[in-house]
Amino acid sequence: MNLIDQLSKFGVLAIGLAAFVLVVLAVLYVGNIVPHRPKSLTAGMVFLIPTLVLVGIGLVVPAVRTTVLSFGDRRGEGNVGFANYEWIFTDPEILTVVRNSAIWVILTPLLATAVGLLYATIIDKSPFEKLAKTLVFLPMAISFVGAAIIWKFVYDYKQIGNQIGLLNQIVTWIFGEGSAQHWLATPFWNNMFLIVVMVWIQAGFATVVLSAAIKGVPAEITEAARLDGVNAWQMFWKVTIPSIRPAIVVVMVTMSIAALKLFDIVRTMTGGGDGTSVLAYEMYSQSFPGQQTGRGAALAVVLFILVIPIIIYQVRNLRQRKEVR
Amino acid sequence: MSTKVEPVVLAKRARKRFSRPWASLTAIIIAVLWTTPTFGLLLSSFRPEEEIKTTGWWTFFASPNFTIDNYNEVLYGSGSSGRLASAFINSLVITIPSVLFPIAFAALAAYALSWVEFRGRDWIFIGIFALQVVPVQMALVPLLSFFSQGVDVGGVTLLPAWGLQGEWKFVQVWFAHTAFGLPLAVFLLHNFMSELPGSVIESARVDGASHGAIFRKIVLPLITPALASLAIFQFLWVWNDLLVALVFASGSETSPLTARLADMAGSRGNEWQRLTAGAFVSIIVPVAVFLGLQRYFVRGLLAGGVKG
Repeated sequence: MNLIDQLSKFGVLAIGLAAFVLVVLAVLYVGNIVPHRPKSLTAGMVFLIPTLVLVGIGLVVPAVRTTVLSFGDRRGEGNVGFANYEWIFTDPEILTVVRNSAIWVILTPLLATAVGLLYATIIDKSPFEKLAKTLVFLPMAISFVGAAIIWKFVYDYKQIGNQIGLLNQIVTWIFGEGSAQHWLATPFWNNMFLIVVMVWIQAGFATVVLSAAIKGVPAEITEAARLDGVNAWQMFWKVTIPSIRPAIVVVMVTMSIAALKLFDIVRTMTGGGDGTSVLAYEMYSQSFPGQQTGRGAALAVVLFILVIPIIIYQVRNLRQRKEVR
Repeated sequence: MSTKVEPVVLAKRARKRFSRPWASLTAIIIAVLWTTPTFGLLLSSFRPEEEIKTTGWWTFFASPNFTIDNYNEVLYGSGSSGRLASAFINSLVITIPSVLFPIAFAALAAYALSWVEFRGRDWIFIGIFALQVVPVQMALVPLLSFFSQGVDVGGVTLLPAWGLQGEWKFVQVWFAHTAFGLPLAVFLLHNFMSELPGSVIESARVDGASHGAIFRKIVLPLITPALASLAIFQFLWVWNDLLVALVFASGSETSPLTARLADMAGSRGNEWQRLTAGAFVSIIVPVAVFLGLQRYFVRGLLAGGVKG
């Protein structure tokens, strides 16, 4: 490691931070001298300028550009009409990608929420609750790349010699020598093995949010139900679930958006091979390594359109709950 | 919202739980399933190369053999698989500004949107709010060409190419993370700020305090908890990000741990002695931050997604 190279990085960092401090000071200075006039546009704009400039250059203009590019050819020029979109919905390989994304969006929230809800219910009020929660929550701090490597190791497959992947070792112990599988190269099912990784990461999120919701269920309700003689099973389905339904919806919606945008796990574990690619990964691989600007842009737009209804649903939900309160 | 639970009820509930051994068993199974994969990787990273490649990590307990060679190799070793120490520095140089910038700018913007009255304010807020919907993927290609080729409109160059090379590419990573992080940050801080007591701010205004003074002396101290939660989120998001890093920080001078590890997993998929140690180098910082500040993280999570 060359020390001088490293020092120059900190030089760039120092310059960046200095520029940042200057901008903030300038905003606060101008904010100090603009007079308080009601309905004055200047005062508001002073505080908003850094955000508006960054968001404008970094998000708004690029998003418009991408939409335009999605009607262009591979170099992002000309006008090919809806050809790129037609390609997404007719090319058999890309149809597999669309199918995979659908599986991800449906299975990840269902499985992760089920595990989180079950776990949160069981550990509620137990003396080890805090520790138990931390154990399952910890994967949230790990990068998708890190998680992908952790699980790639679990799924590791050796044609000859000892298995070093835990899953194949367990399979060998149970079903005998020679029953080990190349999990990540098994068509269709490899998607499930990738989804397991996402569920492993997200279950902690569900646990923490749902556990807080369960604690919010008023004790009078659970006590009344208990006096009526309901058993634990009925209590769970008839009292707990309806009481925390809004929290469950929020958790599932958040996870389905994350599943739709998922990219890192697929890239690190299979590189999209053996029929495991998803929309967000395909968008990256078409745009950058593949140099197919038009197709990549069309995939981004499809992703965008798919996110919209989910978010509208989320916003409506939040607003309804605000009105109730 | 949360009703105080009577101690008697608590005790009764607790007894109820423990009378169900199958429930405890399920919890233990889930906890074991959720920790074993990480544990296996951590243990493996301390085993000699020969043993990692030929025997499972569970055989460690039969013949313990411990080494830190793997860490030495990935951190300082030469060649494409080593030098994670420099990638670690890249991750730091990327993360610090990418956390500071969006949170500071979002705090300023949220102040204007909640406590400065001007025409069109609500429209700007709705606009920024709506931008949360836009996936990062929508911005990647054009933003990259903004940096590499500048802006041309009808053959007229409005902005020349930035020509960022080597370590100067950090600038475009900071820019991208800041722009992509701003909409959510503005939204969350606005939620928090608009619920501050109006009487305090109003009376400061009557006393002749300027906007700058109100922001610094009154608003900023009150929103510190929200800033802390947001900072942890943004930190985990940036440190763990792969997509933005691949697009904007390509090249060994700037690419962070995640990008370097992903490359190792692709090109050296069976070099487990390097992958296991490398993965842990990248995991250690966010896990430490997370464990230390878990309280703020959970608070932010509950305030952001599931208010009330």
